[in-house]
Amino acid sequence: MRDETRFEITVTVNGAARRLRVPARRLLSDCLRHDLGLTGTHVGCEHGVCGCCTVLLDGRPVRSCLTFAVTVDGSKITTVEGLAPGDGRLSPVQRAFAECHGLQCGFCTPGFLCTVTALLADNPAPTEDEVLEGISGNLCRCTGYQNIVKAVHRAAELRAEES
Amino acid sequence: MTTKLFGEPVQRREDHRLLTGGGRYVDDLGRDALAAAFVRSPHAHARIRDIDVTAALDVEGLVAIYTWDDLPERVGRPLPLLIPHPALTHGRTALPLARDVVRHVGEPVVMVVATDRYAAEDVCARIEVDYEPLKPVVGPEQAVSGVHLVHDDVPGNVGAHLVQEVPGPDGRGAREAIETAPHTLSFRLDIERSAATPLEGRGVYARWDGRDLRVYSSTQTSTSVRMAVSAVLGVPLPQVEVIAPDVGGGFGVKIVHPWPEEILVPWAAMTLGREVKWTEDRREHFVASAHERGQVQHVRVGFDDDGRLLGLDVTILHDHGAYTPYGIIVPIVTSTQLLGPYKVGAYRVEFSSLYTNTVQVTPYRGAGRPQGVFCMERTMDKIARRLGKDRAEVRAANFIQPEDFPYDQGMTFQDGRPLIYDSGDYPRMLRMLKELIGWDDFERAPGRGIGIGCYVEGTGPGPYEGGHVQITSDGQVHVSTGLTSQGQGHETAFAQIAATELGVPIERVSVVTGDTRRLGYAVGTFASRAAVVSGNAIALACRKVREKALRVAADALEADPADLEITEGVVHVAGAPQASMPLSTVAVLANPLRYAFDEETARATQFAGAADPNRPPVAEGDEPGLEGREFYSPIRCTFAAGMHAAIVETDPDTAEIRIVRYAVVHDCGNLINPMIVEGQIHGGVAQGVGGALYERMVYDEHGQLVNASFMDFLMPYATEVPHVETAHLQTPSPLNPLGIKGAGEAGVIPVSAVVASALEDAEGIPIDRMPISPSELFHLRTSGR
Amino acid sequence: MKPPPFAYHAPRDLGEALRTLAEVRGKVLAGGQSLIPMLNMRLAEPSDLVDINRVAGLDRLERTADGVVVGATVRHADAERARAHPLLTRALKLVAHPVIRNRGTVVGSLAHADPAAELPAVLAVLGGHVRVARWDGGVAVRDVPAAGFFAGPMEPAIEPGELAVSAFFPALRPGTGSAFLEIARRHGDYALAGVCAVVTVDDGRVATARAACIGVGPVPVVVDVGPACTGRPPGEADWAGAAALVREAAEPEDDIHATAAYRGHLVGVLAERALRDAAREGAAARAG
Ligand SMILES: Cc1cc2nc3c(=O)[nH]c(=O)nc-3n(C[C@H](O)[C@H](O)[C@H](O)COP(=O)(O)OP(=O)(O)OC[C@H]3O[C@@H](n4cnc5c(N)ncnc54)[C@H](O)[C@@H]3O)c2cc1C
Ligand code: FES
Ligand code: FES
Repeated sequence: MRDETRFEITVTVNGAARRLRVPARRLLSDCLRHDLGLTGTHVGCEHGVCGCCTVLLDGRPVRSCLTFAVTVDGSKITTVEGLAPGDGRLSPVQRAFAECHGLQCGFCTPGFLCTVTALLADNPAPTEDEVLEGISGNLCRCTGYQNIVKAVHRAAELRAEES
Repeated sequence: MTTKLFGEPVQRREDHRLLTGGGRYVDDLGRDALAAAFVRSPHAHARIRDIDVTAALDVEGLVAIYTWDDLPERVGRPLPLLIPHPALTHGRTALPLARDVVRHVGEPVVMVVATDRYAAEDVCARIEVDYEPLKPVVGPEQAVSGVHLVHDDVPGNVGAHLVQEVPGPDGRGAREAIETAPHTLSFRLDIERSAATPLEGRGVYARWDGRDLRVYSSTQTSTSVRMAVSAVLGVPLPQVEVIAPDVGGGFGVKIVHPWPEEILVPWAAMTLGREVKWTEDRREHFVASAHERGQVQHVRVGFDDDGRLLGLDVTILHDHGAYTPYGIIVPIVTSTQLLGPYKVGAYRVEFSSLYTNTVQVTPYRGAGRPQGVFCMERTMDKIARRLGKDRAEVRAANFIQPEDFPYDQGMTFQDGRPLIYDSGDYPRMLRMLKELIGWDDFERAPGRGIGIGCYVEGTGPGPYEGGHVQITSDGQVHVSTGLTSQGQGHETAFAQIAATELGVPIERVSVVTGDTRRLGYAVGTFASRAAVVSGNAIALACRKVREKALRVAADALEADPADLEITEGVVHVAGAPQASMPLSTVAVLANPLRYAFDEETARATQFAGAADPNRPPVAEGDEPGLEGREFYSPIRCTFAAGMHAAIVETDPDTAEIRIVRYAVVHDCGNLINPMIVEGQIHGGVAQGVGGALYERMVYDEHGQLVNASFMDFLMPYATEVPHVETAHLQTPSPLNPLGIKGAGEAGVIPVSAVVASALEDAEGIPIDRMPISPSELFHLRTSGR
Repeated sequence: MKPPPFAYHAPRDLGEALRTLAEVRGKVLAGGQSLIPMLNMRLAEPSDLVDINRVAGLDRLERTADGVVVGATVRHADAERARAHPLLTRALKLVAHPVIRNRGTVVGSLAHADPAAELPAVLAVLGGHVRVARWDGGVAVRDVPAAGFFAGPMEPAIEPGELAVSAFFPALRPGTGSAFLEIARRHGDYALAGVCAVVTVDDGRVATARAACIGVGPVPVVVDVGPACTGRPPGEADWAGAAALVREAAEPEDDIHATAAYRGHLVGVLAERALRDAAREGAAARAG
């Protein structure tokens, strides 16, 4: 089998420009995890259902397992590693998850954090139904979602307090 | 003890790293490792005629291809059968790679190693295996017919057959008691197959440096993987280390060991002299790990006018899939835990554990209990219905009473010990539940029903766990235990125990689990045993260290150890705070080797008393350092209990089913961290809701798993899980120093029973099979009314 | 679960895209939310992938008096936000989950032609069309009406070498209400069965009524239920009779999630509910 063509791409990941050469079929999830070493983005199904691999692409949550790295050339990506403000503190969403015990094994957590961060940016004070709809594409096998829902409301409060 | 953290909802210490992408799961390690992938059988049952790899040889990135023929003799043997049982007369385990026959879709046939997973899959796609299909056996009833065999040498497909009988108070057997009972019922109950399905699949990563082998595995038991790897690969135990790093959920499936991949990946690493990693993908997890739950149960019951059980006779067909690596734990647990909080009179239970051409069955959270509880609780509801009595009242009439403890059910439990319940208060628990859900005021309406389910769960089985505690000269407390964590918050709960026992701030305590470098002897995380067994071991180790700290400090402070206390990490004479010494100093003093590496050591030398030149520096029976190791080995299980209730609503036209309220009363003895326990219950209930309304493994008649994806195996999202209301009762266990019982599996156990109960109430149709979908409810309505 | 290798093309303009497609006959990559799962599972192994996401001009959503034209790279989420068409907006909320909708495209959903997908039914019930282009020395386009576009399950009437460049969703006439109801196993899953309905009320009476159903046949089934309900005030029309017509037209099949009988039953129930809802909305629109 012939060597695969590699494509040169530049992506801004968590604020830093990264230049890479990737085969066309390289999934963004693998590119982040294995090429860039950002292993916080997890992979739970590779067919778009679990949401573990959710990252922010130009501010919007997307499935990195259903995105080819080559197609995001020139985009901005935020992964779980880039959610905290950077001064050693956690973002309101991260803090709310800790406070409300919104995680157990932590495998689904990065996907939830990215999804919820975007949800609250869009809708700073979601209703219960909007919270459920907002996280409805992310599976968690550990928490039964009770405390995740709580954490989303709490994160909305924390954001409001801080702005 | 002033630093009282035991019992507090302390925030989790593992969270910071997990929230910032700092978790380290197996696939996050070994970035430069070679990748393994497997060619797996597409057939449920077939003979392998030929394996042709020629088309794969020129794939870019290929490193190695292995079939069974390539394995050395000791590696190619059948995998170990972990828990033999006399009734398991025909136990069979798989080979790491199939040799001549494959027995389920997904069985590994060829192992491929390549530069990355993409290339490895390219290679797999080009390997041609020629199969001669054989007749598959699918489902327990086809198995029991014995027409076709899964294993040629297992007649009737029966792996195990066991009859257990407990005579009633009058000495009569169950069948006799039922014959003469005022009322009898008989019926059949079915639970379908499901699976644990953690979001992180399995994974193994191995490094070999020519002498030492290090294996990382996403496992629930690193110590046992280590022993297995050492034994199978022939590497001396001291040269093998196994580490369970962060694990993305287990729920039972990761207790099985060694998986074929846990043998093959280290073997390939040794053979190639390269790091090798295998990360299970979702499709593999569906067809190549393990399932559970599938069981058919025939029940006959005799009872009196008050609904009191006189005799219960249960016959179980248990489908254990193609192999029995984990013995027959699941049907044994079903047949014993079925008894629940009740006195059943005379009891007879018989099970046949059967081979089918499907994925093997090993425990999944609850481990046979959901089936048993479904059986018993459906029985209670049917008795109530027959007698026209309140369902809660019938249950109460059969309860073991608080004064009956310890209560001997007269059977042998999964740990091989007598099934003796240690403590509990079931009548009180029922009162709490009725109040929480509003049982007595419930307004029944068409399409609206209420249901209830009770269970008792044996938790914290032995044989043992260990705890090691070390206080270093910087005053830090390092705790380790051998069992592993998959999200249960052990780093927090165990730190709470240590901080409380030692009187130190929790910030100074760090906990390591599942690393065989730190503690080589451990059993594993399953059967709701971590908190009970490791928790107590750690408490004992802390007590030992505390005692030594007091002794050393007493010497230096010229005080009586009995007058000393430890507060906030400082040892001081009670009532005389100026006579004190921080634990950091005590740690230095505890080691006669007093090189002044740091200020603390330098400072500590001033306390060193004059040594007696006629005695060795380390006294006989003593050890240098402020550390201690203790093992806790429970005499038998402790018995947690719970009762759940639900209100469901059904749509009269579409047959949609909605759980509108879900209430839990739970008793796991003393709570170490109520927040964590609550979280375990939430998660369990959600898995239970999945099992009741959404999740099933659907095999077609060819033995193909037709829904092997998250698109079609319907794990609930947040939108499918009801709000869960909880209340706690605490009846401490008299069996262990901390008075705790396990909580890990509790939430999932009664959910199918509770939902069935509520649905039956709403619909007036017997619900005897779970899970149930709207389509199935629709058909029950049209045929049942 | 890693995709097989393929040659990748990322044309910048429509001409280049069509020439590439004419040459390599590859698969079109739009949002990738259906295609990439199939690649990851190696259920599809195209030699070439033509990524249309960088093709200029395909990301436009245009509203005219006649209706809405949605370009091939307009994401579900953007179409939803634009609120350009009430029935389309409703249907979009039922497509998968918000995160999938951030990538998935409206035209991709049509081109994918899943029998359980929502958007094909919307196009069909409205009588819209898909504009398909190919290279013929220049850009050659043809408009394929919905009735002919869905040729079979996952079989759109797009020839090899062609690209769907946009879809046209006709506007609702004044006095027209719409509804989309479906039952899925989990929120966001493909529906077991679903019905969308469009009812026009004129002078207080039902003037036209159409429904399309999903999940109960190889392609979205459109039924003109006018014969059962026109000429009467919405409150008095025989919606049950109208629903029976929809149900008769459905050809449900069994699968692991539901039986054919249940699906057929659901279509009847949902059709009646959807038609009533649409009529109520139509009457209110007329009144307001
Ligand atoms: C978890 C999950 C749940 C989902 N649930 C639903 C649901 O409930 N309802 C639903 O409708 N969909 C659902 N989907 C599918 C989703 O809506 C897809 O995005 C959509 O069907 C396809 O759009 P796309 O742009 O992603 O197309 P792609 O995946 O890029 O392409 C799909 C197919 O269409 C072809 N194609 C795409 N665009 C064109 C074009 N312009 N011209 C010619 N051919 C083209 C491609 O070649 C390919 O064969 C779900 C997907 C996931 C992952
Ligand atoms: S890994 Fe991407 S959605 Fe599951
Ligand atoms: S915390 Fe384990 S899957 Fe969500």
